Amino acid sequence: MEEVTYIDAIREAQHDLLASDERVFIYGQDVGDFGGAFKATQGLKSLYPDRVIDSPISEDAMIGLAVGASIEGMRPIVEMQFADFSSVGFNQIVNQAGTQFYRTGVPAPITVRLPSGGTPGSGPFHSQMMESVYAYYPGLVIVTPATVADAYSMLVDAVALDDPVLYCEHKFLYRWLKSDRLSDDDEKLPIGQARIVRAGKHATVVAYSAMVHEALRAADLLAEEGWEIEVVDLRSVKPLDTDTIVASVARTGRLLAVGEAFPWGGVTSEIVSRVTNDGFHLLDAPPQRLNSRDTPVPYHPNLWEAHRPTLESIAAAIRNLLRL
Amino acid sequence: MQREFRDASSGPVKHVANRLLHALNQDVPQVERESKSTDMSETWEDHLRRTFRSMITARTLESKLASLYKAGKIVGGVYIGPGQEAVSASIGSCLTWNRDIFGALIRDQGGRTAFGEPILDATRSYLGSVKGPSKGRDGNIHRGHPAQGLPAMISHLGAMVSVVAGMLLARRLQGRLDGIVGAVSVGDGASSTGSFHEGINLAAVERLPLVVVLTNNQFAYSTPTDRQFRCRSLVDRAIGYGIPGYEVDGTDLLASLEVISKAVTEARQGGGPQLVVANLLRLSGHGEHDDGSYVPDEIRNSALGRDCMEVAEHQLLQAGFVTEAELESWKNEAAEQVQAAVAQAQQEPSPDPYTDDWSVYASPELAEDC
Repeated sequence: MEEVTYIDAIREAQHDLLASDERVFIYGQDVGDFGGAFKATQGLKSLYPDRVIDSPISEDAMIGLAVGASIEGMRPIVEMQFADFSSVGFNQIVNQAGTQFYRTGVPAPITVRLPSGGTPGSGPFHSQMMESVYAYYPGLVIVTPATVADAYSMLVDAVALDDPVLYCEHKFLYRWLKSDRLSDDDEKLPIGQARIVRAGKHATVVAYSAMVHEALRAADLLAEEGWEIEVVDLRSVKPLDTDTIVASVARTGRLLAVGEAFPWGGVTSEIVSRVTNDGFHLLDAPPQRLNSRDTPVPYHPNLWEAHRPTLESIAAAIRNLLRL
Repeated sequence: MQREFRDASSGPVKHVANRLLHALNQDVPQVERESKSTDMSETWEDHLRRTFRSMITARTLESKLASLYKAGKIVGGVYIGPGQEAVSASIGSCLTWNRDIFGALIRDQGGRTAFGEPILDATRSYLGSVKGPSKGRDGNIHRGHPAQGLPAMISHLGAMVSVVAGMLLARRLQGRLDGIVGAVSVGDGASSTGSFHEGINLAAVERLPLVVVLTNNQFAYSTPTDRQFRCRSLVDRAIGYGIPGYEVDGTDLLASLEVISKAVTEARQGGGPQLVVANLLRLSGHGEHDDGSYVPDEIRNSALGRDCMEVAEHQLLQAGFVTEAELESWKNEAAEQVQAAVAQAQQEPSPDPYTDDWSVYASPELAEDC
């Protein structure tokens, strides 16, 4: 079989959803004949002309429209051109979509695709990770697929869910990450369940999205030094699979939580907080966090490399954790 | 402060002549009796009567709610719409429950009642009954029945414009948009938000059957219109969106219903979005906690400050559409309905934090214990 990339999986999932479910439509800037800024909707407009719709540059109204359409029984997928621009639609995401079911009993099953994370040379406004921001708000589901198979199956699952989902897809993985399979039924897990992607006994590294791959490379490096590092891919940050994390820490006694988001609060803090609460007695060392630096995401590749966690900085953090 | 009303101008914006501005002091012109509503089985006279009855119910209900607030019986604030009933009820009475869509806002009791929302929804929400549409999870004017075409507003102004547009777009995709209209209510304050602009522009791009009724009640909380916008009239915004615009004296039921009915009919018949700007004065504070003392007497005493209830009563009596005896019985009936709705809501239990399931997800398996 031909190799499929992470972005292929996103495109194929949308294709299959449009084909199998008449309630599904795609709404976003340049998603029509142009095929999307990252070509995630390439060719879909010609197949489903009525259900692949170009929007004006109106992130607030795009989400509002999606919520309205969902009330009427549709399953909209909104493509934010970059996750960064979802800040303009923030109100509609957290206050309209996030509160709808709680306040009225009528679900708001929308899926918002957020092309997330840094690539070299993208700068402060085309690189952000938004998952921690949205995870703060009740009523939202936040998924962060790290593999080709998860990119496909979690998008399909997100659309099937009766709740609003922020689907955080990592731009760095789009064409870099390849697989020989689009999906893997044997390994398919539901939203809300983490996956242990590498077994180990000396320390647990919890990561998500592109950081899973950096963590795996760091674990490879540490293996050469004789350490067996367990790596947990969260898959979804909300719900957060505390059980899998705590069970892993029970085996290893040490925790490092890695995220590409800004360091103040957020997903890695939540992980450390929960492990400290639920598994304090399991810890042989203080739990550690590694995030990006507390500055806007820098433009120049030299600065960008040093802004986010990398193979080297994760490896250094693990070595430090093992010495504690 | 009072803006000059103008007659029909060139271009897509149509200013409706304010021929009834001084109706109270003049003979009411001959009113056409043929139907202006889309339901051809109903005469114009009946449509007016139905609209006015909803106004009476709304005014009666909100007066009662204001009294209950002063008596400390209300959970949270009370936000009423005296002076806006003619415009609001005109929107609601042009729409059909469970078929059309109405994005009601803060001062839309008239429209809600005319559209078909039971007044029990209001008393239950305000009095904190667990049987209210939000079960106590939200209250006052944030209530709705989204599945029946009445989405539940959030407080962020302008945000419901795109939601109603989305409901209409869904109907189009489902092949059931024919003859359907969505109306959304906004105010002069909302017109300054990005959300309002994005929503109305998007609806224009999609050419959706959306009627945006912008009630300029001269104050957003305490902020007067000269701190809100600079344009001559908000109806001029329609030109920028490339949609028809209408301006009407919102204190005048006959004019308001005529203009809103026309806009709704245009939208139903494929004319795309319509903007109606209704000028009037909010005859209350922002909420019942606010005495509105910042409203200058000049505005209160101007034509904008007329009470639409008095104008409408006068108009309908003069036109012979209603008799004094009928009016009396309508008012009595409204008072009885309100009394019953208050009494019922007061007898009902409040939400119980120990039995509420606290579910925020429609998919219960997603719930986390944290």
